[in-house]
Amino acid sequence: MSTLPLTPATETSPTMAPPSPQSASMSQPSKLAPAPQASPSGDRLRHVIRQILQAFIPPLCGFGLLLAIWAIIAMTNKSIPGPIAVWHSAVPLFSDPFYSNGPNDQGIGWNILSSLRRVGLGFGFAALVGIPAGFLLGRFNFLNRALDPVIALLRPVSPLAWLPIGLLVFKRADPAATWTIFICSIWPMILNTAQGVRRVPQDYMNVARVLNLSEMKIITKILFPSVLPYMLTGIRLSIGTAWLVIVAAEMLTGGVGIGFWVWDEWNNMNVQHIIIAIFVIGLIGLLLEQVLLLIARRFSFETE
Amino acid sequence: MKTLVQIENVGMRFETRKGSFDALRDINLQINEGEVVSLIGHSGCGKSTLLNLIAGLTLPTAGGLICNGREISGPGPDRAVVFQNHSLLPWLSCFENVYLGVERVFGARENKARLRERTQAALEMVHMAHAANKLPGEVSGGMKQRVGIARAFAMEPKILLMDEPFGALDALTRAALQDELIGVMEKTGATVVMVTHDVDEAVLLSDRVVMMTNGPAATIGEILPVPLAKPRNRLALASDAEFIRCRTAILEFLYQKQIRKAA
Repeated sequence: MSTLPLTPATETSPTMAPPSPQSASMSQPSKLAPAPQASPSGDRLRHVIRQILQAFIPPLCGFGLLLAIWAIIAMTNKSIPGPIAVWHSAVPLFSDPFYSNGPNDQGIGWNILSSLRRVGLGFGFAALVGIPAGFLLGRFNFLNRALDPVIALLRPVSPLAWLPIGLLVFKRADPAATWTIFICSIWPMILNTAQGVRRVPQDYMNVARVLNLSEMKIITKILFPSVLPYMLTGIRLSIGTAWLVIVAAEMLTGGVGIGFWVWDEWNNMNVQHIIIAIFVIGLIGLLLEQVLLLIARRFSFETE
Repeated sequence: MKTLVQIENVGMRFETRKGSFDALRDINLQINEGEVVSLIGHSGCGKSTLLNLIAGLTLPTAGGLICNGREISGPGPDRAVVFQNHSLLPWLSCFENVYLGVERVFGARENKARLRERTQAALEMVHMAHAANKLPGEVSGGMKQRVGIARAFAMEPKILLMDEPFGALDALTRAALQDELIGVMEKTGATVVMVTHDVDEAVLLSDRVVMMTNGPAATIGEILPVPLAKPRNRLALASDAEFIRCRTAILEFLYQKQIRKAA
C-alpha cells in the first residue's frame, strides 16, 4: 500500500553541517583579502537588519493581503464582521480567559485547555498502542502482510464515522470524543513507525552483526535512534489530524471545548467569536506543528 | 608461519529472480598470521563477496572457510570489518562509536575506565582524539573513515577485513590514510584482508596481491607476492624497480588477461 510520503531528514534542511576544517581554512584568505572600508561592526549590523527585513516582510505582506480581502468581504456582506469589529470583541474575550459561569459558559482559555486535554489523551493512547504496533509490523513481515489490508480499509474512514461507536461503547460524550481522536491519530503512527523499522539501513545492521551486539543494544543503539525520525513524523501527522478532528467531534458531542464553543457561538449568532475561534484553532495547530518539528530536528542525523 | 584463515573450494551462488547466478567458484586461499592480502579485480568480480564470506556476513553455497581452527558460521568480533562507507552510527559520537565495539569485546573482563582508555588509545592511533566528542556528521569523510578504522582496531580482532576502505575518498586524503594505515599495521602486526581496485594501493600495502578473474563465476587468477621491505615509503618506492615490476604485473593481469569488454 502506498504509505504517507515521509522523508524526515530532508524536511529539516538547515541542520548543522559545519564545513570541513580543510575548506574552512582554505576560504579564510579570500575573506581577509578585501580591505575593510567601513567599520566591520556597522557592516555587520546593516547585514543583520537586512536579514530581519527579508525574513519578515513577505509574511507581513501575506497577512496584510488576508486582512484586506477579509475587510472587503465584510464591507460587501453585512453578516460578516470586519477585522476591527472582531478585534473589539477579542479584547474582552482574552482579557478574562479563565472565567466559569457553569458548564455552558466558560472562558476561551478553559475551552482551549479542555480541547487540548482530549487531544492529548486520545493521542497518548494512540501512541501507546500505535508505536509498538508499528515496530511489530515493521519487524515481522507476516504481521505486516496480515494487517496492511485492514489498515488500508480503515484508514480512509472519516474519524467522525467512529463517533457513534464510541458513544455506544462508552455511553458518554467525553470519552467518545477521545476515542475519535485515538482512532484518527493511530494510523500515521503505525504506518510511519513500521516504515522506519523497514528502512533501517542494512549497513547499520551489518555493524551490529559484526560487533555481535546483544538484542538490547541493537534496539537501544541502532533500531530506536534510526526509527525515531520516522516516528516523529508519524506523531506530527497524528497531532495535526487530531487537532483537525477535535473541533468537529466537539461540535457533535458538546461539553466544554473549542469546537463546542464555535457551535455555541453559532447558536448565539456571535460571528465575531466564530472568526476569533478560527484564528485560535489555526494558531494552536501551528504551534503544535512547530514544537514537533523542533523536536524532530533535534533527533534527525545526517545519515550519509 | 601459522595459517589463520583457510578458504577451501569456496563457491557462492546467488538465487535471483532471473535464476541462479554464480558469483564465485573454486576459491582456495590461505591467509597467514600477520599477513596483509589485497583482493583486486574489475568491478563485479566478487571480491567484496569473498570478503563478506570471510566476515561471515554471507555463508558460502559450496566449500568452507576456517578461521583460527573454527568454521566460519557467522560474523563475529574476531573478524572486524571496515566498511567502504564507514558505517558509523550517526547518533553516536566518534568516541561512542568506537566504545560500542570495545565494550562488546572487552566489557565482560575489564572495568569502564579501562574500556575508555582502550577507546581513547584507538582514536589517538588514527589521530582522531581531538574529535572524540564530535558526531560523525560533523567531521570530514576521511576523518569518518579513520574512526571506522579505529573502531575495527580497538576490538583487537584476529583479522581485519577492509572493503575498499578508501574508495570513497579523494586521492590526497586516500594517500594520507594509506600512510596512516601502514603505521598502524606496523605497530599492531595485524592480519589484514583488503578489497581494492587501486593498483598502487594494493602494491604499497600488501604482502600478497590476489588477482581475481572477471565474473560471473569468478575465481582467483594469479597471486602476486610483493617482496618489498617494510615499513614502506611511498616516495622511495615511486622509482623502485621491484615496486614497478609488481605494479606492471597487476596492470598486465587486469588490462591484458582480464580485459573488461564492456566498461
